[in-house]
Amino acid sequence: MSLIDDFLARWREYRAPGYYEEFDYHWTMTVDLDRCTGCEACVTACQAENNTPIVGEEAIARGRHMQWMRIERYWEGEYPDVKLRAIPMFCQHCDAAPCETVCPVSATYHNQDGLNAQIYNRCIGTRSCAVYCPYEVRYFNYNNHHWDAPLEQQLNPDVSVREKGVMEKCTFCIQRIRQAKDAAKDDGRRRVQDGEVQPACVQTCPTEALVFGDRKDPESGVSQMLGNERAYTVLEELNTDPSVVYLKKVEADA
Amino acid sequence: MRRHEDIKFADVNNDIVRSLVETGPRYYVTLAIAVLITIACFFFPWFYQLYYGIGAAGMNHPTVWGTYLASFIFWIGLSHSGTLLSCVLHITNSEWRKAMYRSAEAMTLFSLMVAAMMVMVHVGRPWFIHWALPYPNQMELWPNFRSPLMFDVMAITTYLTGSSIFIYMGSIPDFAAVRDRTTGWRHHMYVLLSLGWRGTDTEWHRLGWAYTFLAVLIIPLAVSVHSIVSWDFAMSIVPSLHQTIFAPYFVVGAIYSGTAGIVTVMFVLRKYMNFEHYITKVHFDNLGKLLLALSLIWTYINVVEVFTGWYSNDSAELESLRYKLFGFYAPLYWEMILFCAVAPLLLISKRFRTSFVPMLILSIAINIGMYTERFLIVGTSLSRQYLPDSWGVYVPSLVEISILVGSIAMFCTLFLIFVKIFPSVSIYEVKETLPAPDEGKTQWQEATH
Repeated sequence: MSLIDDFLARWREYRAPGYYEEFDYHWTMTVDLDRCTGCEACVTACQAENNTPIVGEEAIARGRHMQWMRIERYWEGEYPDVKLRAIPMFCQHCDAAPCETVCPVSATYHNQDGLNAQIYNRCIGTRSCAVYCPYEVRYFNYNNHHWDAPLEQQLNPDVSVREKGVMEKCTFCIQRIRQAKDAAKDDGRRRVQDGEVQPACVQTCPTEALVFGDRKDPESGVSQMLGNERAYTVLEELNTDPSVVYLKKVEADA
Repeated sequence: MRRHEDIKFADVNNDIVRSLVETGPRYYVTLAIAVLITIACFFFPWFYQLYYGIGAAGMNHPTVWGTYLASFIFWIGLSHSGTLLSCVLHITNSEWRKAMYRSAEAMTLFSLMVAAMMVMVHVGRPWFIHWALPYPNQMELWPNFRSPLMFDVMAITTYLTGSSIFIYMGSIPDFAAVRDRTTGWRHHMYVLLSLGWRGTDTEWHRLGWAYTFLAVLIIPLAVSVHSIVSWDFAMSIVPSLHQTIFAPYFVVGAIYSGTAGIVTVMFVLRKYMNFEHYITKVHFDNLGKLLLALSLIWTYINVVEVFTGWYSNDSAELESLRYKLFGFYAPLYWEMILFCAVAPLLLISKRFRTSFVPMLILSIAINIGMYTERFLIVGTSLSRQYLPDSWGVYVPSLVEISILVGSIAMFCTLFLIFVKIFPSVSIYEVKETLPAPDEGKTQWQEATH
């Protein structure tokens, strides 16, 4: 009987809302759309940091771009009276991620830092995670990519180069998070301090529209931003509970 | 031509053993063509795709699933009527089942095999496909038991196992009958396959018991298989896929296309294996009635699906619906409605149901429509999701079309091999419908004349 009770207890614990708050860290990013100019510096930085392949003209035409971070552009009004809205879109690291439940081999899972992690070696390429993701931020390697010399010299040694047939997406620069955690351990500290780790996009953003940090630390920059009344999450109605929080753009004439 | 009631018990054995032993040049030519098309259109493009990557197919960023998955659902669907129909008709004691069930069950088996091949073609790294199976390993890694795809693997392997046992067990007395009539290597093969069947009362009793037991077991299994296939889609939150009606929708669609498939196979067997007096108008009439009922249920579910989508007034749902009905793929949608909802209304006429060639044409049209349905489920939904920035259009590539053609050829190849090994009409059950020597007509014959 105790076996069943044990199972039920675990089940309830697992199903309880907020079970993920037990994680060591809860990495969060905020995107201030009031500051974002849509310059795409973050896109380029991400490409350079994460060995994202340059797929070439033909693949782009076939809709097979690889951009872990992309700027979505929405136009409002009719020419010449138009407005451009730019929204950076990347993996939202949802706490209730649809992609994690569907992967038959658990190649994508939630790690102890509240990150939605992708294990390239485990991926068998069913692409179901990309279907289940409402944010369309998962990119599939339709073929092997190569870097023309001397570009292969600039590949980041901390990030694996993915082969054909696997899915990939934004990792919040998990390699940098690991380094920061190792450095904190070497210093004899238990936790990474706010500001010690920044993903490439955050580091590059010229207007500081992107802020990254640990939500569990009430003093961190992101924790301060979360209380902002402009804060919202994209597609909130789907209850995916994303770790990326957007701050609404304030209209001058509204 | 002989009539059904003129057939003697000995004729049944003669006719069916003849279908196994006597092979004309026409058979070999057909088999050779089927094998060649399978190699040229399925395996070569697949090997190219393995070398190059899934990029050989037409899929792109929002539409990451394509015709491979549509074909997978199609073949699973086609598999549905064989064993399921056979089981239902067996436990309801339908006499007309007896001449056609063997080939219907074979259809189940082979379409399941082709469906499994489509999974191999679909995934990015098929050489690691065994990771989806729960087997003990030194890394202590298990598949994800929460995943609908994982349920799918379980359901399909169970169904494949169940159907294989069912068709094999039902064939044992026939293997024994053929064993006693053949010589040479065939004799040795049937000695092995018939498992020492002698036809004693105890053996018949046990066979009957086990057969009914399996039939009862397989009916819920078959229903669950296609429900689970539908969950690959319905468990997502993609607009127009996330629907509770999907499981019954897929089950009905599966039985529908499977029944149409049986009509096609019946026609071919009747024509080319000379089974005219075993597979008769009665079979086409009954299958036609079944098809009519299924087409009406299918139409009803489609109406419900569109209506609830429209009634939700959810912007993503509405856009998805608009795209399906009037967007890029709209001609395909209306073709599907024409083939699967409008054309089958012809089955109301008994004259239509008992005419062989029109039934063949309709059955093929229904399956074309049902393939389109599966393609639209994948294609239209994925290309219109929540974020308009990520909308796209998906067009299948030549490799995909070739693999689709090759998969049909693979099915034909397997079937052609089957008809020369398995007695494709059940010898002992057909005899049950005939008058015993020196006796009057059976109930079956009174019903048919």
